[in-house]
Amino acid sequence: MNTMLLSHFLPLFPDQAATNAKDVDYLYFFMLTVCGLASVGIVLAIFYLAVKYRRRSEDEMAEDTHVPVALEWTWIVVPSLFFLAFFGWGAKLYFDQNKVPKDALEIACTGRQWMWKFQHPDGQREINALHIPIGRPVKLVMVSEDVIHSMFIPAFRVHMDVIPKRYTECWFEPTKPGTYHIFCAQYCGTEHSNMIGTVTVMEPHEYEKWLNGAATGSLALRGESLFNKLACNSCHTGNADARGPYLPGLFGRNVQLTTGEVVVADENYIRESIMKPGAHIAAGFDNIMPGYEGQLTDEEVIQLVAYIKQLGKSYEQFEPVQPPTAPAPVPAGKNPDQTVPTGTTKPTGEPTDKPGPGATASPNATPSPASTASPTSTATPPPAKPNEPKKQPTAGEPRKTN
Amino acid sequence: MIQENVTLPREHYLNAHYGWKSWLFTTDHKRIGLMYMISITLMFFIGGFFALLIRLELLTPQADMFNADQYNKLFTLHGVVLIFFFLIPSIPAVLGNFFLPIMIGAKDVAFPKLNLFSWYIFIIGALMGLWITAVGGIETGWTFYTPYSSSFSSNSSAVAAATLAVFITGFSSILTGLNFIVTVHKMRAPGMTWFRMPLFIWSIYATSIIQVLATPVLGITMVLLGVERLVHVGIFDPNLGGDPVLFQHMFWFYSHPAVYIMILPSLGVVSELISAFTRKRVFGYKFVAVSSLLIAIFSFIVWGHHMYVSSMSIYAGMLFSILSYLVAVPSAVKVFNWTATLYKGSVSYDTPMLYALGFIGLFTIGGLTGLFLASMGLDRHLHDTYFVIAHFHLIMVGGAVMGYFGGLHYWWPKMFGRMYPEWWGRLSALVVFLGFNLSFFPQFIIGYLGMPRRYHVYAPEFQVLNVMSTAGSSILGVGYVMPLVYFIWSLRYGKLAANPWGAKGLEWETTSPPPTHNFEIPPVVNEEAYNYPLRQPSVKNTGALTGGDSRSIPPTKSGQGREAEVV
Repeated sequence: MNTMLLSHFLPLFPDQAATNAKDVDYLYFFMLTVCGLASVGIVLAIFYLAVKYRRRSEDEMAEDTHVPVALEWTWIVVPSLFFLAFFGWGAKLYFDQNKVPKDALEIACTGRQWMWKFQHPDGQREINALHIPIGRPVKLVMVSEDVIHSMFIPAFRVHMDVIPKRYTECWFEPTKPGTYHIFCAQYCGTEHSNMIGTVTVMEPHEYEKWLNGAATGSLALRGESLFNKLACNSCHTGNADARGPYLPGLFGRNVQLTTGEVVVADENYIRESIMKPGAHIAAGFDNIMPGYEGQLTDEEVIQLVAYIKQLGKSYEQFEPVQPPTAPAPVPAGKNPDQTVPTGTTKPTGEPTDKPGPGATASPNATPSPASTASPTSTATPPPAKPNEPKKQPTAGEPRKTN
Repeated sequence: MIQENVTLPREHYLNAHYGWKSWLFTTDHKRIGLMYMISITLMFFIGGFFALLIRLELLTPQADMFNADQYNKLFTLHGVVLIFFFLIPSIPAVLGNFFLPIMIGAKDVAFPKLNLFSWYIFIIGALMGLWITAVGGIETGWTFYTPYSSSFSSNSSAVAAATLAVFITGFSSILTGLNFIVTVHKMRAPGMTWFRMPLFIWSIYATSIIQVLATPVLGITMVLLGVERLVHVGIFDPNLGGDPVLFQHMFWFYSHPAVYIMILPSLGVVSELISAFTRKRVFGYKFVAVSSLLIAIFSFIVWGHHMYVSSMSIYAGMLFSILSYLVAVPSAVKVFNWTATLYKGSVSYDTPMLYALGFIGLFTIGGLTGLFLASMGLDRHLHDTYFVIAHFHLIMVGGAVMGYFGGLHYWWPKMFGRMYPEWWGRLSALVVFLGFNLSFFPQFIIGYLGMPRRYHVYAPEFQVLNVMSTAGSSILGVGYVMPLVYFIWSLRYGKLAANPWGAKGLEWETTSPPPTHNFEIPPVVNEEAYNYPLRQPSVKNTGALTGGDSRSIPPTKSGQGREAEVV
């Protein structure tokens, strides 16, 4: 009771409410111990020496001393070793913090002056509040509508800047039910200190209950209606002769650009392709799409991106019913990273005689290297470059901004 | 302190000429140093006053004295005024200007007119800063992060004016650095070799390198902000296709080295103080000298440690992290060497020494907490919290300001030929040290608990620690006002003094205050720095007859005997 009272009025240590918290705290205590001992040692040494060798008479001189040079090197090398240990541990922790588990629950987060908006995968929306289940990794995919904010949840020891027009992400796995602070840690204007919220960690069954209470149509569903409303489907028909690239299965794949560059179609790429289509044009397409910069809110973009991601996922569920008419794609594992068009293995003409999207264009089956752009780009008649290069969707991580 | 029986020299730099023209058009580095001193003292108390208001507001979790906008202006002006108009010019422009030429035996800096010009540039920038404060202030934070500062600030013309002020002041810094580099290279007295230079000169030299090389990047950044604003070229503004994080890279490319512009000169001052008040050569002189240069070099390549959570590549983060740990090594070397210098020294507790010892303690803790922030994994939690605030105040206030005050107290009799009351001096050192610790230690805990910086209102559970911090800052404020009072008092009523410490160094060879041309006879250096006379090691009483002990050894001409012990 006494300690509780004390911790209420004078808390000295934050809650540990996520798996990450313990790891951070271990490193913190390790460094605290080493650095604490070092500073106490130095202060005591100064006190001891300053008192012991105090000037006793006005004209007292210092004594001629011979201190070995080895001492100098000792206090260069020994601290360096400790520093390396701190660095190594800290770096490992940081890398772990950047490895998002595959099964993470993905929640979209939009920061704006001065509120946090969250959208759950099934469409539940929250402002300045976030409900998440215990024991499951949660990934926040974040973007800002205006200035730079920073998502900070002290109890989870998680901190990530939220940047306009660029997705950043952070993840955590809550371990303790309760309500914890969300702070904006990057100064963002007048009401910066009121850009706060709470994250509520719930038992999974309570979370289910909460979800059902808060459902308002899934994110991807809303994205789909938006997709149709904006008439995106007039170009992105999925047909072979479509004016826009084929979208199902696009997410996470490599896309070759007209410049010859290969990029990964992650959230940022898709976002950019919506807002500024001209920036990176998929090989084989003309720069004809109007940019939606300024016409869509960040939430709408999130919905669109969610829809496009969903397209990939649902696509996987429908395995090709017919064997592909095109030559069998090179198996994923064997396809080397190459940017040279693989024209020889895949004649230009062939895919064209495939029907449109309905063909569930076989080469798109997930593991296949032929990514979304494949059927479309090969289909487009004019360009001489026949196929997009087949790169495995492995190099995905580095482009993610973390 | 040695009781002296001295009289003021008949003519010195203060009474050589009279009238306001003799000050405003002077090219005497000492007078320019004093003009800097007066200007930055004003800025120091303005910025400190803002700090006090901030702390008062944070006494309670809710808003009491100021609304959010006013609070944001307060911390912005606090940062801008104290960093750009006090800390950066503090030691280099005041003590550096005054003592760098004297300590290397020159009669002035290499370009005296440029030196005066630097002061005018500084004044223009500072007046602009004050004018912005007077007409409403800015609320971007001293870091001016885009796109907030460029597109969202409520008073965008004031922001433009502030960046212009910072831009202008930067030139003062560049020119001063340039002046010092040339002075050190070309104007050392005969016999003053590089490794005979006082450690203060080494640190000012290292600082000047940073000033000359890093400050232009700040200028460029400010120009780019202006270009974006006027011509609408997308550089930092995401709406124009710019990258807001690029601003952070460019800003910290200057502002991280700028931290070393603030702290390196202090490290040099403390080396002087430790030597003078132990009557001993600083242990490992060459290591301490070279460590200043190493810090200056490393300072350029660690800026990314401000940006671990800014969406920068994790591999870049790794590089910045290990480099940040590297820069800690030369800093640690200095601390160990100062401590070792006390060993068998003749340690006195005069005011400057108290400041120096306080400095070592605070700098050590400030440096060690920097290690926490350099660790990428920990920074995930600590970034932009009060832990950071506490850390950099330990370095910039506990370090740089303590060093500046220590230096002022040490060289005051040299500058004015009079002593401040010693008892008050010691008291102020103690009050500053205690007040400082009470102010900033609670902030480490608040930071780890998760209170973000720049919060006007905060969660109620942080209150007790915030109250402690506010209490400490008021004590700190008293500690800072005391020197102001007794320094001014001493100008007229202080006891006459020439070299009350019995300190060595060229600056103590001339009269106090020095003549306009510093030395009546141009000095020739024929000994190492800090060549204090030493006594022989006391011989253990073994019963054997010895020829008596504790004889003093006269300082050797070259000092080589003792140099050999360390290198």
